[in-house]
Amino acid sequence: MLRIVHKLRSGFAKMTVREAINSAMAQEIERDSNVFLIGEEVGQYQGAYKVSKGLYDRFGKSRIWDTPITEAGFTGLSVGAAMYGLKPIVEFMTFNFAMQAIDHVINSAAKLHYMSAGGLRTSIVFRGINGAAASVAAQHSQCFAAWYSQVPGLIVLSPYDCDDARGLLKAAVRDPNPVVFLENEIMYNEAFEVPDNVMDKDYLIPIGKAKIMREGKDVTIVTFSKMVKFSMLAAAELEREGISCEVINLRTLKPLDRNTIIESIKKTHRVVTVEEGWGQCGIGAEICSVINETNAFFHLDAPIVRVTGADIPTPYAFNLEELSFPKAHNIVEAVKLVLK
Amino acid sequence: MIFRISRSCFSSISVKLPPFKVHHLELDQLPQTATTTSAELLAYYKSMQLQRRMEIACDNLYKQRLIRGFLHLADGQESIYEGLHAGLTFDDCVITAYRDHCIALLRGDTPHQIIAEMMAKQTGSTKGKGGSMHYYKKATNFYGGHGIVGAQIPLGTGLAFAQKYLKKPNVTLIMFGDGAANQGQLYEAANMAQLWHLPAIYFIENNLFGMGTSIDRASANTKFYTRGDVIPGIQIDGNNVFQVRETLKFAKKHCLEKGPIFIEAMTYRYHGHSMSDPGVTYRTREEVQQQRKTRDCINYVKNIILENKVADEHQLEEIDNTAQNEIDIAVEQAKVDPVPPSTELATDVYVDNQNHFIRGILYKDSILPKSQ
Repeated sequence: MLRIVHKLRSGFAKMTVREAINSAMAQEIERDSNVFLIGEEVGQYQGAYKVSKGLYDRFGKSRIWDTPITEAGFTGLSVGAAMYGLKPIVEFMTFNFAMQAIDHVINSAAKLHYMSAGGLRTSIVFRGINGAAASVAAQHSQCFAAWYSQVPGLIVLSPYDCDDARGLLKAAVRDPNPVVFLENEIMYNEAFEVPDNVMDKDYLIPIGKAKIMREGKDVTIVTFSKMVKFSMLAAAELEREGISCEVINLRTLKPLDRNTIIESIKKTHRVVTVEEGWGQCGIGAEICSVINETNAFFHLDAPIVRVTGADIPTPYAFNLEELSFPKAHNIVEAVKLVLK
Repeated sequence: MIFRISRSCFSSISVKLPPFKVHHLELDQLPQTATTTSAELLAYYKSMQLQRRMEIACDNLYKQRLIRGFLHLADGQESIYEGLHAGLTFDDCVITAYRDHCIALLRGDTPHQIIAEMMAKQTGSTKGKGGSMHYYKKATNFYGGHGIVGAQIPLGTGLAFAQKYLKKPNVTLIMFGDGAANQGQLYEAANMAQLWHLPAIYFIENNLFGMGTSIDRASANTKFYTRGDVIPGIQIDGNNVFQVRETLKFAKKHCLEKGPIFIEAMTYRYHGHSMSDPGVTYRTREEVQQQRKTRDCINYVKNIILENKVADEHQLEEIDNTAQNEIDIAVEQAKVDPVPPSTELATDVYVDNQNHFIRGILYKDSILPKSQ
């Protein structure tokens, strides 16, 4: 078995997000014989992004299924298997390709429990990389967080670090509902120190609960996935200027953790939302509306500032791509705007 | 109801099957005859009459606006559903699209439940929340009931995948029409079924029209039983309940030993595609009448009954009346049943609904998770 965890000091280990997802899948496949991984290149190729490395050698072809390049077919097949009672983990090489299969995620899986008045269910996880990578251009860079978050019947999760990746993926596999699990390619290589309890085979994170990454009192930054990293960098820089930011890592996009956001606003009175996806009808737009509709509105001292990807198909040129997506300096600027 | 039968219920009657057309199979692998009994003939007759009467009742209810939305009727195709019921078991899975009422009936729903569902009553099969296109029954392995043409095909392939994964001695019947037979996802799914030797029966109900488009205008290759390419296929007369039954028995054996198979069942729907389609703009009234006169699947069984003196016209009429009566009672009951209560609006969105936030029309109308 692959030794993937590097012990640093007693009680902690260092691992990458890729390894975190790999270890979570391995534990769930080990735990429940009805869990299987299916997707393109997940088996013998060891995973297009090496996320499933070693799983085929360990579990074999009856648990790790390589498919032809046929998203509509294998996604529908997986939903059907889930209808019968199996628990598929469907890997999309990227969520851009999942558009070819989106009918099955939404019409076949998400709505099924309701249409069947509770008669049928699909305990299934759709996972893969979401959002921008590096110079992969317009058709390979879209963030699908907003699209899936709108759909009743779906749970939508988006991890940031190893703790998130392990706890949320295991919770997703064990959840009886269909779950969309949005990963990030750039985060795959990031390493984090991970306490021993996070490596436990039953380590779970509650779905629907955001995490306060950093406490603060001047501004609340609400974000998820890779943007947590830039928000934390921005918060560190702002700290040097005497501005204290509270950074909320949503972890779950649907159901959104309203209460954590509202409680934070009661403390700071100012909000910045940060997302990589397009602004129109995005996650930030939903957060603005939620704040507007609840008593949190009356705790605001300024309008909410959104930081989003520019509303453009993603350009290829490196310098233009840099101008397409939020960075730490955009978040710093947004915080200063909301404080003005 | 007691009546004299001119021969013992269990002495067998032999029925010659119509010719098969085969693809990557040998004709001598298939039977030339089927065996039946008086009791079985009467059971098929009664069951198909019940299906027929139920579909006609739905037509009437739709015209009275007591059924709304989409309604796709299967009258004319009853022998397919009777045949699948006779040839397979409740441990074999069935999945189809939206012309699903008769399958729901044969997989365990009562006429009352089926009609009440379409009349949007809480006593319906899916509490009035599904409607005509969304019947399901896990206990008898009936997986719907799907509105998107072709979606049921990969789903059904997944059911077969699960059966094989769990080493069940069972198969999945994946039903779709000539219109759906051009869907890309059919070929994606069948490809995997063949690669992985899944016990999947791809069953094409060829009623010659996909909505208003004839097979010649939609399909470059109308030999649907060959469209599985390397996958074997059989073309049969779907209006012959015995041929459907025997073919499915053969198919089940084939699937469990080798892998998927394509079956094309020639049939005909008397109604248009749905209630908004009169069904006579793309085909003539004469054609429909001719089909009724010469190819009706219930008349076929009726003639065997009469020829073999299993029952006479009067006795068959009694069966007809019993079936009609059963439907009438179901309709009358459904008419007085209550609609689903408003408290059902947001139930069953999630399996653990009580743990979820569900927005109402106004934010203040939202349903909070139990913990909040």
